[in-house]
This record gives sequence, structure tokens and C-alpha cells, in this order.
Amino acid sequence: MPGPASMVSTAVVLGCSTGGLRALSTLLAALRPDLAVPVIVVCHRSQDDDDALFVELLARHSALPVVEAGEREPARPGRVHVAPSGYHLLLEADGRFMLSVDPRVRHVRPSVDVLFESAAEVHGAGLLAAILTGANDDGADGLLAVRRHRGYAVVQDPAEAEAPQMPQAALKHAGADAVIGLIRLAALINERCR
Amino acid sequence: MARPDPDDVELELFIRALQLRHGYDFSGYARASLKRRVQGLAIARQCQTIGELTTRVLHDDGLLPSVIAGLSVPVSEMFRNPFVFKALADDVFPVLASYPHINIWQAGCARGEEVYTLAILLEEAGLYERTQIYATDFNDAALAQAQEGIFPVAEARAWSENYRAAGGSASLSDYWHARYEHLKLDERLKRNITFANHNLVADGVFCEAHLILCRNVLIYFTNELQDRVLGLFRHSLVRGGYLVLGNKESIAFAASAAEFCEFDARARIYRLGAVPA
Ligand SMILES: C[S@@+](CC[C@H](N)C(=O)[O-])C[C@H]1O[C@@H](n2cnc3c(N)ncnc32)[C@H](O)[C@@H]1O
Repeated sequence: MPGPASMVSTAVVLGCSTGGLRALSTLLAALRPDLAVPVIVVCHRSQDDDDALFVELLARHSALPVVEAGEREPARPGRVHVAPSGYHLLLEADGRFMLSVDPRVRHVRPSVDVLFESAAEVHGAGLLAAILTGANDDGADGLLAVRRHRGYAVVQDPAEAEAPQMPQAALKHAGADAVIGLIRLAALINERCR
Repeated sequence: MARPDPDDVELELFIRALQLRHGYDFSGYARASLKRRVQGLAIARQCQTIGELTTRVLHDDGLLPSVIAGLSVPVSEMFRNPFVFKALADDVFPVLASYPHINIWQAGCARGEEVYTLAILLEEAGLYERTQIYATDFNDAALAQAQEGIFPVAEARAWSENYRAAGGSASLSDYWHARYEHLKLDERLKRNITFANHNLVADGVFCEAHLILCRNVLIYFTNELQDRVLGLFRHSLVRGGYLVLGNKESIAFAASAAEFCEFDARARIYRLGAVPA
């Protein structure tokens, strides 16, 4: 088995909730601006229709352009695509986004599980998935699906996370290939996605 | 060449079986979300695989209604995305008011949340008397519930807030009676609504509409099926008629979209052809 550092990822998916905006800002600021793969984000938010503002706030510190994930549009290398509020975000086999208003999964929509499971099917071992701060257990099933498809699973160090519950739930349910802080996660992404 | 995933093959066989045996064609549905729903159905029926579910669906006709209901997503709200309904009332209704008789088609009506929303808006605009609304869906169970107009009381608060945000002039509670944990909508709201089963995949034009509301239905369709259904809407609309889609829907990849011009981009309101003088 080659070590993780020698492996190459074809897409990055991130899931977070409480504290997500701050964690994402730190992480995205530390990414290389010429990242060769798409970054796809689900972050739970309380309110509908604040999508433009959320994207704008994330873009302020990000090394990469941040956009809302558009229905039927392809996930593009070097971009951060954010799931709109109120919809599940799924990746289709052809690498395009689709949305759904299927019922909430574990009380949330968008659901990290839904994104991770669909991305795992498309990218398989090429997927790099990370569960960051959050105060619920969304993402645990999704991370398990990523691991079953031999993707690389990262959990933010619960000691560092603003809300440790989501990382802890993911660790307990799925385990992880790495439990690290945001700065090391950024370095790992930069390394695997040149 | 990588071999296809066995689950994906099973999904295609399931789709084919529904089509051959029961005449329901889901081949134009986007696969990622369809797969989730089919897997959900399989698990709910204690099937280990989609293949097992396929066998059951082939040999037990009684299962079909619950399968269709399970593949349909009757998830909705009254006045969902209030600004859309405000835009309808402020900018579209004044134009509709110039017609002596108004036809509205709401496609994919789920349990009726949006069709009653329209009825209330039209009532408040003084247009309901001369309006006929066709509310259609392919899920008979949802249609039956829509016809009843009864909803869980837990929704009351959110829907009332939506109504106010949409610029409603009364109180939404004026339109329902809350009893036994349920909201029963005023019977009078139904007087100009016709509920009917219509499958967007298979059925054709049935009316000449001034306004078509089809929100969050095409999001489940592939580009090809989306394009076909947009063609159906084009043939069902009068010249200058309005089409309202869901807030995050994109028709940029459909050839039929060329026939529609943007009327209100944020609210996803389109207008057919050149605007009549
Ligand atoms: C998510 S709901 C949308 C409800 C409502 N328009 C809204 O946006 O709140 C989607 C509806 O489309 C219906 N639908 C899906 N495929 C359909 C088809 N082929 N023909 C007619 N209705 C369909 C489903 O049964 C479901 O009720």
C-alpha cells in the first residue's frame, strides 16, 4: 500500500455545522491557489436565503474563488462550491451537481451524509473527505461511505474544533485516516491535490 | 474500463422493470437522488438489494402505489420562498388581470401546499372568481391528501411567517380551522381548483395556461427530460404566458429554454416568447 502522501485526490468534500464559517475561513485561506481539484462544501445554516452573504463571507479569506454550487453545473478544479441552503447537494456520475428537496436527513438539509455518499460513488479512492466542527452527528454515515469506497477520510481534531460533537460522532462511527487540525488538513489537501 | 458498480446495474434493471411491467418510466430521472430513494424503498421493505425489490415489484402489483409514492417527493410548504409569491402578486397578477378568464397549471402539486397558496393570493388580489387552477401530480396518494386540504398544525407558525413575508394582507389563520392537531383549510379555497393525475414524463398538453408553476420538480430530471417537459410547458402556455420554477433551478442546459425570456431572475419567473404589445 502506498502511503497517503504519495496518493492523489481528485476531489475534496468538507462537512461542517456550528463554527463552520470560522473553520472554513481558516482552512480555505491556507489552500494553494492553483489547487487542481474541486472543493465541495456542506455547512448547515439556520436561515434560508442567506446564500449570497455566506459565499461572500467565505470568499473574503479564501485562496480560491468561492461560488454557490449551481444545479447541473460541473464541479470545477480550483473552485470552492458551497451547497445552497434548503437543498441537498449531490454529485452525479458525470461530475455535475444536482439538487434535491428530499426530506431532511438527520434533521438537516443540506446533509453532509448525502453529499459524501454521492461523491464517494463518483470519486471512489480519489475522494478526500473531511468532517469539521459541528454540534450534531451529520456526516458520520457519509464518512463511512467514503471509507467503504476507499477514499481518504479526515476528521478535525475534536480538541481543536469549536464544536467537537460532529468530529467525535464521525470518528466513533467511521474512524478516520487522519485526525488533525485545520492547518495540517490544508497542507494535506495541498499535497494530494497538486 | 472500470466495470459498473453492481448497485448501479441493479438500479437500471429496476427502472426497466417498472417501465416494462407497469408503464412508469423513470429513465429520465437524475440517478444520484433516485438511487437514494430506491435504496430507501428497498430497506423499508426488508430487501437486501435493489434486485430483490425489483423481483417484488414485478410479481406483486399491490406494491406499485407505495413504490410510486416512495419515488415521488411530496415535500412542500405554503408560501415557500415568500419573495417569489410576492413577485407573483406584485408583478404577474396585474398582467393576468387583463384576461377575462385565467388558467393556471400547477405541475407537481405534492399535497397541495402551493396550490392553496395560489388560491389565497388570487382571492386577495380579487382574481380568484375568474380563475381556474389545475393542480396535477403523478402521486395519487399525495393528490388525495391535497384534495382534503388538511395539514399538521406544527406547520402553522412557519407558514404564517412565510405568508406575512409574502405581503399577505390578512392573517393566514383566517383561512384555516385548527382542530385535533390539524389545520383544515377553508373549503371555499377549493372551489376553482381541479386536482388531476398527470405524469410529466408521459402525458401531454391538456389546457391553455396563462401561468404555469412547476417548482422543484424538474430538479429531479436529467437535462434531456427537463428539456422535453419545458417543451410541454411551451405548448401549454399562451403567448406571453408565465412559467415559475424553483429558486435554484437552472434551465441553461435545455434547448427549449431559448423560447423563454427571464422576467424575474431571482424568483425564477420566465415569460414565453416576445412580450405582446
Ligand atoms: C419536491 S415536490 C415539489 C412541491 C412544490 N412544487 C414545491 O416546490 O414546494 C415534487 C413533486 O413533483 C412530483 N413529480 C415528480 N415526478 C413527476 C412526474 N413525472 N409527473 C408529475 N409529477 C411529478 C412529485 O410527486 C412531488 O409531489
